[in-house]
Amino acid sequence: MKLRRAFLPALLLVAGLLLGGCRHDELPFRLTNISGHMPDLDFKLTDDHGKAVTGADYRGKVALLYFGYTHCPDVCPLTLAQLHVVMQRLGPLADGARILFVSVDPARDTPAVMHAYVNAFDPRAVGLTGDARATEALSKRYRSAFTREPGSADGSYEVSHSSAIYVFDRDGKARVLATPSASHDDLVHDLHLLLDTGATP
Amino acid sequence: MKSPALSILFAGWLLTGAAHAGAADHVHASHAWIRVLPGNLPAGAYVTLRNDGDQAIALSGASSTVYADVMLHRSSTAGGMSRMTMVDALSVPAHGEAVLAPAGYHLMLMQANATVKPGDTVRLTLNFTDGSRLATDFLARPANAMDAGDDHSGH
Ligand SMILES: [Cu+2]
Repeated sequence: MKLRRAFLPALLLVAGLLLGGCRHDELPFRLTNISGHMPDLDFKLTDDHGKAVTGADYRGKVALLYFGYTHCPDVCPLTLAQLHVVMQRLGPLADGARILFVSVDPARDTPAVMHAYVNAFDPRAVGLTGDARATEALSKRYRSAFTREPGSADGSYEVSHSSAIYVFDRDGKARVLATPSASHDDLVHDLHLLLDTGATP
Repeated sequence: MKSPALSILFAGWLLTGAAHAGAADHVHASHAWIRVLPGNLPAGAYVTLRNDGDQAIALSGASSTVYADVMLHRSSTAGGMSRMTMVDALSVPAHGEAVLAPAGYHLMLMQANATVKPGDTVRLTLNFTDGSRLATDFLARPANAMDAGDDHSGH
């Protein structure tokens, strides 16, 4: 039975591909799985060294995308401090991840301000800024939102913004969504899954 | 049993009769810390207030010689959006506590006239709605601190 003999390895190969595929797409995440439900990581912004960057510059890294602004004294620093704790717990693996902090307040957040800010939290954090249009495009892409609140007499103002943290794998695919109240254990767990698999050589 | 009317009369007598024996006398502050951010960015200050008195009291804000502007704020997250709102007063129940902690109530410190570094101690004067005050030392902590860093009891 020549045909069967030839068919069996092919069948095994297909089964193997399917299993392999499933293993990749259905990682047992603890946080909200958004695989296939959000667009890939893509943007055109300026990093905290003043360099023009795109989403493609972070391929090969697991990216944690978070929107905020430096004049936010409470929730933004708390979230970044929590992400720092999570990065610490990942140990050397954390070098495969980047925290991408995108400013929703480009009027005040220059690359220099962003540089000092993100480095006060974690060496693997990157501050990204862009003009109002680029920032809004990125925010809309992930169904995120921000609103500048009416300011006070001295010119200060607050910006209300989405609190979600979007996690992308090394190929720039959106994988999980975390809220700032997510447990560190769950974040560490899911980042382990992404950092342990699909490492690009 | 104390009648509410008597309590109000009694509170009124306290206010007028003993202007300086204010509600703050019954308040103990602990875990007082400031999250220091780079440059002249606004900072958040946090503290736990314990009221040993028989009357609820309310924190209305704070003042400081180091920060020109201090506001009592509350952060909240609703519908996936984070926002901050001004708060007129935060009640500290009788024989109870009020906690100012990250992602909730905080004092927002703005326009520092001196550089505050982690490890520094900054005195803030907490103001209560009855006009009484409580001077409290806040420990300046690094931006990525999670708390006051003084909890060694491992509760
Ligand atoms: Cu605030």
